Amino acid sequence: MSSAFIFHPALILIAGALLLPFLRGTARNTAVLAAPTLALIALWLLPEGKLWQVQWLDYSLAPLAVDKLSRLFATIFLLMAAIGGLFALRQTSKLEVPAAFLYAGSAVGVTLAGDLVTLFLFWEFMAVGSTLVIWSTGTPTAWAASRRYVAVHLAGGVILFAGIAGQIATTGDASFHAMKADSLATWLILIGFLINTGAPPLSAWLPDAYPEASWSGTVFLSAFTTKAAVYVLLRGFPGTEILIWVGIFMIFYGIVYALLENDMRRILAYSIVNQVGFMVTGIGIGTEMALNGAAAHAFAHIIYKALLLMSAGAVLAATGRRKCSELGGLFHSMPITTICGTIGALAISSFPLTSGFVSKSMVTQAAIDGHLQAVWLFLVAASAGVFLHAGIKFPWFVFFQKDSGLRPADPSASLRWAMIFFAFLCILLGIWPDPLYAMLPYDVNYVPYTAAHVITQLQLLLFSGLAFFVMLDYLKRTPTITLDVDWLWRVAGPEAAKSFRLALTETRAGLGEKLASGKTHASDWLTRHRRPEGLLMRSWPTGSMALWVMILLLANLVLYYLP
Amino acid sequence: MKYEHWLDNPLNIRKLWRGFLVVLALTVIAGAFVDLHPHFEIEKLFGFNAAYGFITCLLMIVGAKALGLFLKKPDTYYMKDEGDE
Repeated sequence: MSSAFIFHPALILIAGALLLPFLRGTARNTAVLAAPTLALIALWLLPEGKLWQVQWLDYSLAPLAVDKLSRLFATIFLLMAAIGGLFALRQTSKLEVPAAFLYAGSAVGVTLAGDLVTLFLFWEFMAVGSTLVIWSTGTPTAWAASRRYVAVHLAGGVILFAGIAGQIATTGDASFHAMKADSLATWLILIGFLINTGAPPLSAWLPDAYPEASWSGTVFLSAFTTKAAVYVLLRGFPGTEILIWVGIFMIFYGIVYALLENDMRRILAYSIVNQVGFMVTGIGIGTEMALNGAAAHAFAHIIYKALLLMSAGAVLAATGRRKCSELGGLFHSMPITTICGTIGALAISSFPLTSGFVSKSMVTQAAIDGHLQAVWLFLVAASAGVFLHAGIKFPWFVFFQKDSGLRPADPSASLRWAMIFFAFLCILLGIWPDPLYAMLPYDVNYVPYTAAHVITQLQLLLFSGLAFFVMLDYLKRTPTITLDVDWLWRVAGPEAAKSFRLALTETRAGLGEKLASGKTHASDWLTRHRRPEGLLMRSWPTGSMALWVMILLLANLVLYYLP
Repeated sequence: MKYEHWLDNPLNIRKLWRGFLVVLALTVIAGAFVDLHPHFEIEKLFGFNAAYGFITCLLMIVGAKALGLFLKKPDTYYMKDEGDE
């Protein structure tokens, strides 16, 4: 096939994004659904290989390169854009969906980039698109959050750019392939990638910014940035051991903060970090089973996380409330939202018959195969913890618990169908994982449904459910937040800058005073000696002159006679 | 007494609890009849997954509460500086 007839799926979606602001009514709604669908068709028509090759300066770039891994991620990104678009059809902001499509298209561009230069370009467009999605909310808190968000991502972009420039300068090769973190350049690239996964120490950018977007905006935000970062780690740094521990830290960080959180969408935002932690751990383990597991989990995760955030978005749109302490009892009047949200909660908890069960367990299995007992123990405890913080806590406090007296109705058709479709996919992938397994980068030699696996998983999950209800008194929601590392740049940094400025002003004032008094002293001294009657300026009598001459001559004489 | 929804009736909640406890017991008992293919020594303990899930969850809750003692703030904490902008 001649490359002239090959369409770049990312560019189709971005073109759609640029077209949307000019359309209204049915034409716009059709375009919202058609742009990602067309891009999806274009993606699946592409053969594998480096389809576009460009010479730029001295480097050969491949802006469109397809293999199984990139097709898998591009597929789920485009599916997410389509169903997210359906969910957001009734969004009144004219900016949000175009921004989200620019964002999604850039994420697709990252997955189809065969070289580091193209990757970086789309990486930065992703930051722009996602910031615009937050902006489109139009509230002062969203504006403040978006500024913090974009600062972190631009900093991450600078680090990544430095790494890519170093890598290209030392190797002369711009292609994007598996690397080892063994030089400054590759470390910088790794750090740039990790910042976007929500890894420590900057992890707080995610739970800080995502929940500030609109009821539909957060759904888009949850999907692309972190999973595009998972994709580049999968391709760029498979088997990098430090990622195991970075991932495990992310897993438990997400659980602990989500347990303390009161805002329903912040609970889910922390749980994104937690879930991405599982993927990062899998990438760190680095076997074919682990990498397949990480990729499959990313695919399943995008669907159930979007579903969870859609149900939360439906609640937010209907009630205007986000805090668990102000919600509850919504199952009375929002049965569809409750059921869909609960299915998402079961899927994230890897309950048998849901998508999480067939994807996350591959990562756990890889830890077993590699005889990594400590890692395995952490992963199993974390699986229990996921059920605790997202699987039960989220639906319990939002839809059940005490009755808040609120009786909002289920949302309108476009929101309902988006939720129902993703809930259907969560279960379909859970009972029929073969199509997903067939899309994974390596051959899958794994059977999720064995009696042993189902029983051990049920024991684990149901007893963590028991722990939840036993400890319910300790989990009661309070109108509080828990300080995270963003405290450093929201309070500590500004405070430090303020006190530094204060100290500077004081020092300057003190210095100015001292200078002024010094100047007075100096001018006093000067005038004392140089005024007309001063020591140096007054006229001397001739007698004293003759006296001084005589003294000098005498001194001369004395010195002459000295030995 | 009439309830808005069958889940509002405390009797039904009690039934749900009973059902839940029966299922819990069944999953543990099933371990005696099915080979669970333990991969590590520690997994061979009877009901390991049940106990491990329960205990680690308690630990995570206690750990989170302990962290909360130091880091919890009223949710108006950041309002002040955001009001400035």
